[in-house]
Amino acid sequence: MKRVLEGSLAVAEAVKLCRPQVVSAYPITPQTHIVEHLAKFVADGELSAEVVNVESEHSAASVVLGATASGARSYTATSSQGLILMAEVLFNISGLRLPVVMGVANRALSAPISIWNDQQDSMSLRDSGWFQVYAENNQSALDWHIAGYHLAELTSLPIMICMDGYILTHAYEPVDIPEQEQVDAFLPSYTPKIRLDPDSPITLGVLTEPDAYMETRFTLHQALKTALDHVEGVGKKFSRIFGRDSIQLVEGYRLEDAEVAVVATGSVVGTVKEAVDDLRSSGRRVGALGLRVFRPFPRHAVRSVLANIPHIAVLEKALSPGGPGILSADIKDALYGDTRWPHIARFVAGLGGRDITVEQVEEMVLKTLTGKVEEHFLGLNTSLLEQGEG
Amino acid sequence: MKSGDEIKGYPLVAGHRGCQGCGQALAARIALKAAGRKVVLVNATGCLEVFTTAYPYSAWTVPWIHSLFENTAAVASGVDAAYRAMGKDNAVIIAQAGDGGTADIGIQAISGMFERRHPILFICYDNEAYMNTGIQRSGLTPLYAYTSTTPTGKASLGNVSTKKDMIQIALAHGVPYVASATIAYYRDLEKKVQKAVRVMGPRYLHLHAPCPLGWDYDPALTVKISRLAVQTGLFPLVEYENGQLVSVRKISKKLPVEEYLKLQGRFHHLFDSEEGKKAIARIQAIADANIAHYPLM
Repeated sequence: MKRVLEGSLAVAEAVKLCRPQVVSAYPITPQTHIVEHLAKFVADGELSAEVVNVESEHSAASVVLGATASGARSYTATSSQGLILMAEVLFNISGLRLPVVMGVANRALSAPISIWNDQQDSMSLRDSGWFQVYAENNQSALDWHIAGYHLAELTSLPIMICMDGYILTHAYEPVDIPEQEQVDAFLPSYTPKIRLDPDSPITLGVLTEPDAYMETRFTLHQALKTALDHVEGVGKKFSRIFGRDSIQLVEGYRLEDAEVAVVATGSVVGTVKEAVDDLRSSGRRVGALGLRVFRPFPRHAVRSVLANIPHIAVLEKALSPGGPGILSADIKDALYGDTRWPHIARFVAGLGGRDITVEQVEEMVLKTLTGKVEEHFLGLNTSLLEQGEG
Repeated sequence: MKSGDEIKGYPLVAGHRGCQGCGQALAARIALKAAGRKVVLVNATGCLEVFTTAYPYSAWTVPWIHSLFENTAAVASGVDAAYRAMGKDNAVIIAQAGDGGTADIGIQAISGMFERRHPILFICYDNEAYMNTGIQRSGLTPLYAYTSTTPTGKASLGNVSTKKDMIQIALAHGVPYVASATIAYYRDLEKKVQKAVRVMGPRYLHLHAPCPLGWDYDPALTVKISRLAVQTGLFPLVEYENGQLVSVRKISKKLPVEEYLKLQGRFHHLFDSEEGKKAIARIQAIADANIAHYPLM
């Protein structure tokens, strides 16, 4: 059924259709609407779930950890400071191989405090051992939540579905909400291989010495790498049942004969596509790659989609201060070697909610084509910087 | 083949790596046996977790999970929520932590668990310092105890603060069953656990668990030291139901605190000087205040 919904409500509708049994979260802007809607569904008797209103995000993640280990399908969502407060628990969840599903409303990190969007929060948890997917629009956020449960439970890996705070969470867009029967046909019930059960005792979360720790890390690494194939399988099943091809590792856009490709992730991919269309209509050979899955990193998909393109412009909405670009380092890792050494230009943009315009993306492309760009911050206000120095 | 402990139904069986004379191992063995077999245990990081689960071995015969240090009460809350959602609410959920995992780093999650009224028994094994990391001070370290972060010296008599009162903190949350117990009075401990698991809502049990390594005493003295803590009035055995004090273990003959302190290396510095004597008098005043308050005599 097509409806025009706020992004947060679209996600809550998707989660409801997946019938979670435990929902736990702590309020933080701009995530709050998601769990508010879920609490209302429970209050209205539309969803049968235990809602656990906790005292911190650390505890929210811990509640869904305990619930998932007990055999219940669970959900949590957070943003920004809340996500990094969870960090310790997130590493623990993936280490325990618990298929937790979490929504992340991407927001900048303090200091200075900012409630606005960038992707610093989730990008900082790149190495937590979770799936990380980035939604381009509300339909994609909705679809990934449904597919996310399937993927997580199939692989015993947790998944965070990232959507840009405000830009998506608070934006009203038309979305197609699947029927319950469709979701039931797509998503099998959660039957964990192991769970906390007095009739069948297990010991979970043990101490390992140096003789066994590394193997558990290797196993997690392998599981995530293998999970790339599951994304394809789940994506095909998703298209068959729901008629949409949203569940893919990457999306190539007008890359045929392109001499430059813009790489981005999240909602800005829409802006990038618009810029590509503009530039194409003025004769520029430009395309785009929208990265939907960031972890596990779809190295081969990136490599095949960007094959033989000499210039790559990577748009980063997060920063590794003093280090290389977070996305561009991975793109380089995927593309460099053999005989190919494409020009990879790194652009930082949109930090703390700074708008990224179509014109800026076009500027990115032109800069990339006219000279070697190592790193460039789009839309920096130089007078503000000078003021700061004075 | 099942071991004797397994046949007898002990949740925690022999063969673990606990130190000789470990008060926590003894406390867990007695308390958890009393809780029965239909349990799910959620364990904080700490000695009990480390010495019972070194891969590929486990000393647990009941479902057991360890996640992190400070989130034990929150993980247990999640287990409770899941069991209720799945309509399987017949298991007793027990969260357990040391004194640091309870009174310091774990207290926020415990407060949330109490306030949301989860039917979970939280057991604090109080050995009065961070023993697993090498005897550092916690919020439950007693006055004038030596720890590696409250060392004694020319200018120091050890720890400068008194124990945080977890019993009162639990009571302030309206926890319907709150009690203290110790291994020296193990029938009392068993009865309290058996009563606790039948109470609706959250329950809190504070267990005195002497540590031969951290307290620096002969491992053979664990039970004796535990008994002396009660007999001197330093660790009152009390029981509250719905906020009312319903039982207190009386002291038949009050013993001076020196009897308790002198057996433990962590207090030896108090017997060296005039300042130490004054310190002992202050510890005696704490015991006397306990005796007068409940009253214990």
